[in-house]
Amino acid sequence: MTVKQLADSLSLKVICMPDGDREVTGGYAGDLLSWVMGRANSGDAWITIMSNVNIVAVATLADPSCIVLSEGVGIDAEVLEKAKSVGVNILGSDEDTFALCARIAAVL
Amino acid sequence: MSECVNFHFDIDGDNFTSAGEASVRIKKHLRDMGFSPETIRRVSVAMYEGEINMVIHADGGSADVNVYVDRIEIILADSGPGISNIELAMQEGYSTAPDNIRSLGFGAGMGLPNMKRYTDSMKIESEVGKGTTIYMTVNV
Repeated sequence: MTVKQLADSLSLKVICMPDGDREVTGGYAGDLLSWVMGRANSGDAWITIMSNVNIVAVATLADPSCIVLSEGVGIDAEVLEKAKSVGVNILGSDEDTFALCARIAAVL
Repeated sequence: MSECVNFHFDIDGDNFTSAGEASVRIKKHLRDMGFSPETIRRVSVAMYEGEINMVIHADGGSADVNVYVDRIEIILADSGPGISNIELAMQEGYSTAPDNIRSLGFGAGMGLPNMKRYTDSMKIESEVGKGTTIYMTVNV
C-alpha cells in the first residue's frame, strides 16, 4: 500500500505528500524522537503527536514512508516548508493515537 | 585501502531548529558515493544523536566524517561541560536534558545508547570542564 492509498482508504488529511507513491511497509508510534530513530523501520508509517521541525530531520534520517500526526495536531508553516523541501510525507487525523494506529494496522 | 574522504561540519550550538543538517548532508554524500541504505541509516542516525547532544549540552562543536572503502569513522568534538559519569550516561533512560528540550521530544536518555547501537565501535573521551570527543566507526 502506498502513502496515497493509505491516506485515501482512511480519509486522512494530506498535510503534504511530495512522495505519495512511497510504499508503506509497517507502522510505528512514538513521540520521543531518539526512541523513534532507534526503533522505527524504514518504510513505516510513523504516528506521533510531535509537530516541531525536528520531526522532519528524524524522518529524513530514519526514513519512515510518512509521518501521521494524530489527535488533531497541527503543523507550523516552517515545518511544512521544510518537509516539502526534503520530500517528507505528512498526513494527519483528529483521532487519538490508539484508534488511529488500530485503523492503520487493519489496512496494512 | 587507505584512501579517505573527509567531511567536516561545524555544529551551531544556538540553533536547535537547524540541528541535524550535518547528518542530512552526510546522508546525501554517502548516498551519492553508493553506500547501502542500511549503512547510510546507521551513520546518519548515530551522527544526528551526536549533533543533538552537542546542541543540548555543549553549545555546539564539530563533526568529522572520514569515509574509507571498508569503514566510516565519525568524530564528534565539543568544548562543553564534559560527562562526569560515562557509564551512567550510557544507560538507556538516563538524561540530564532540561525540560524545554524534553518538550521537543528529546532528552529521553537514548542518544548515547543509540549511537552505540548503530555503530560497530564507539569510544568516549571526556573531561569535566573541558569537553567531550566521541569516536564512532561503522564497518561497511
